[in-house]
Amino acid sequence: MLSADRALDALGDPTRRSVFKRLRQGSRSVREIASGMNVTRPAVSQHLRVLKDAGLVIVRPDGTRRLYEVDPAGIGALRNWLDDFWDETLTAFKRAAEQEAAKTRKPR
Amino acid sequence: MSEQQAGGDPNSVRKTISVYAAQDVAWRVFTEQIGSWWPLAHYKIGKANAVDAVIEPRVGGRWYERGEDGSTCNWGSVLAWEPPSRLLLSWDINADWQYDPALKTELEIRFIAQSERITCVELEHRKLDRFGARRDEMREVFDKSGDWGQLLALFARLAEGAAP
Repeated sequence: MLSADRALDALGDPTRRSVFKRLRQGSRSVREIASGMNVTRPAVSQHLRVLKDAGLVIVRPDGTRRLYEVDPAGIGALRNWLDDFWDETLTAFKRAAEQEAAKTRKPR
Repeated sequence: MSEQQAGGDPNSVRKTISVYAAQDVAWRVFTEQIGSWWPLAHYKIGKANAVDAVIEPRVGGRWYERGEDGSTCNWGSVLAWEPPSRLLLSWDINADWQYDPALKTELEIRFIAQSERITCVELEHRKLDRFGARRDEMREVFDKSGDWGQLLALFARLAEGAAP
């Protein structure tokens, strides 16, 4: 039920895997992640965004910094999945309700 | 059409959709006719092909799917029944896509009349922290010092379990 595909895709990239591994050692800023890696900070930010979208990491403000950390609950992945699920389901409902409304309007 | 509100409770998912139908029509289609629009081909929990979905119209009622073999599988129960404006259901389908009566996440649907012909439907799926068993499993994997292969294995297993 979790967004397994998104998580698998996100971790399929070796650089992203390294970024994720670093976060598993604790919260890190973009600068801290980038230092020691052969990757630019904008590239790290990009990788973090993919990991975040996949529900694998979360962002926590810390003063003026933004710290990234592994989402310990996995709730992000679950939310992502439910988000897509309810989009699809409500869209189907909207279609049915509007068809029904069109039917009841006709006689007027 | 449908959007997620920014910020807010991390343990809830909220959706708002505008429907070109009167409030009572929107309510009726959502409740009485759920079997006609719910994507049963993709989202059902029983082994049999699901042919209908039902919300029993009373507090304490069940909501469930019916398979082509006549079997039924519960999804949860009706916690509030306030036609034509508010429906509160428990969603007792866990992250393994199995019925778990102890889960009790909540699904609230509000039907707000914008005009005679337009209804705003707000849906909130909340208390997601109750997907606790899965969370603990995730945490265990994250906490282990092993490599990412464990995580991939977990996700692969989940993906198999989620296949309809």
